[in-house]
Amino acid sequence: MSAAAIPYTVEPRPDSGLNNVKIGIWLFLASEVMLFGALFAGYILLRVGAETWPRGAEFLSVPWATTNTVVLISSSVTMVLAWAALMKKNFSRYKLFMGLTVLAGFGFLGIKYIEYTSKFHHGYFPSTNTFLSIYFLMTGLHALHVIGGMVVNAYFWGPGSKMWKTHPQQFINRVEIAGLFWHFVDLVWIFLFPILYLL
Amino acid sequence: MSHEIDIDKHVRTYLFVFGSLLALTFITVGISYLHLSVVPAIGLALAVATVKGSLVACYFMHLLSERKLIYAVMLLTVLFFFFVLLGPLVTETNPIEL
Repeated sequence: MSAAAIPYTVEPRPDSGLNNVKIGIWLFLASEVMLFGALFAGYILLRVGAETWPRGAEFLSVPWATTNTVVLISSSVTMVLAWAALMKKNFSRYKLFMGLTVLAGFGFLGIKYIEYTSKFHHGYFPSTNTFLSIYFLMTGLHALHVIGGMVVNAYFWGPGSKMWKTHPQQFINRVEIAGLFWHFVDLVWIFLFPILYLL
Repeated sequence: MSHEIDIDKHVRTYLFVFGSLLALTFITVGISYLHLSVVPAIGLALAVATVKGSLVACYFMHLLSERKLIYAVMLLTVLFFFFVLLGPLVTETNPIEL
């Protein structure tokens, strides 16, 4: 007796024209928007309610954050190029771009580590003031998302890529879905960068 | 064959968007060195960030060519997002003057 196949993982549903995987990831991303939205709301409320608010550059390194922005944007491009390589049935090119995406994730976290340790050496902790508290909370949660995305991307670069030989279309869909999450992580950083570092 | 040409066209678009995102990143940093007062500085920085975010969503996340159901999900999300974002500010304005 074979296991029941999960329907609509590749073929679109007749009612929505979408497969369940695509609907699922967008609903998940909607919940993520609300999660970060609540934190952005907290940031606004704290800032509006404070008598004084420091410019991010007083505590944080703008050059490191700019570098990290470039790294994350670059990783979004390599991610989408990895998907495009699969669409062109070029598996070795896919491996190259997905590998670069994972490496860029390590680069982002490495720079974040340098930033955090530099703060700690200067005696700046989440308990130091409200600005640093919301800074560590928002960037810390974002970094956890980067780690989550890297785990999934590394799996699809390594052992998960075996599916390319058996179910190529399903594998392309999986890479596209992982890419949607990764681009969302990039999108969140695009807003975190100016509000925390530049304003 | 035509499918491959379409993907090549997509790739050119991705690279163009990549260049635009890099340029906008450096514009954002450049604006911060102008030392504008708070309101225009926040307005400009968020405007540039919104353009960058839209480029990522529309092209990298393929939102431009999605189905209606995804647009409906996103529309609801955006509505609730702004509610969550702006709702707490009501407490700051103290409309019932407690």
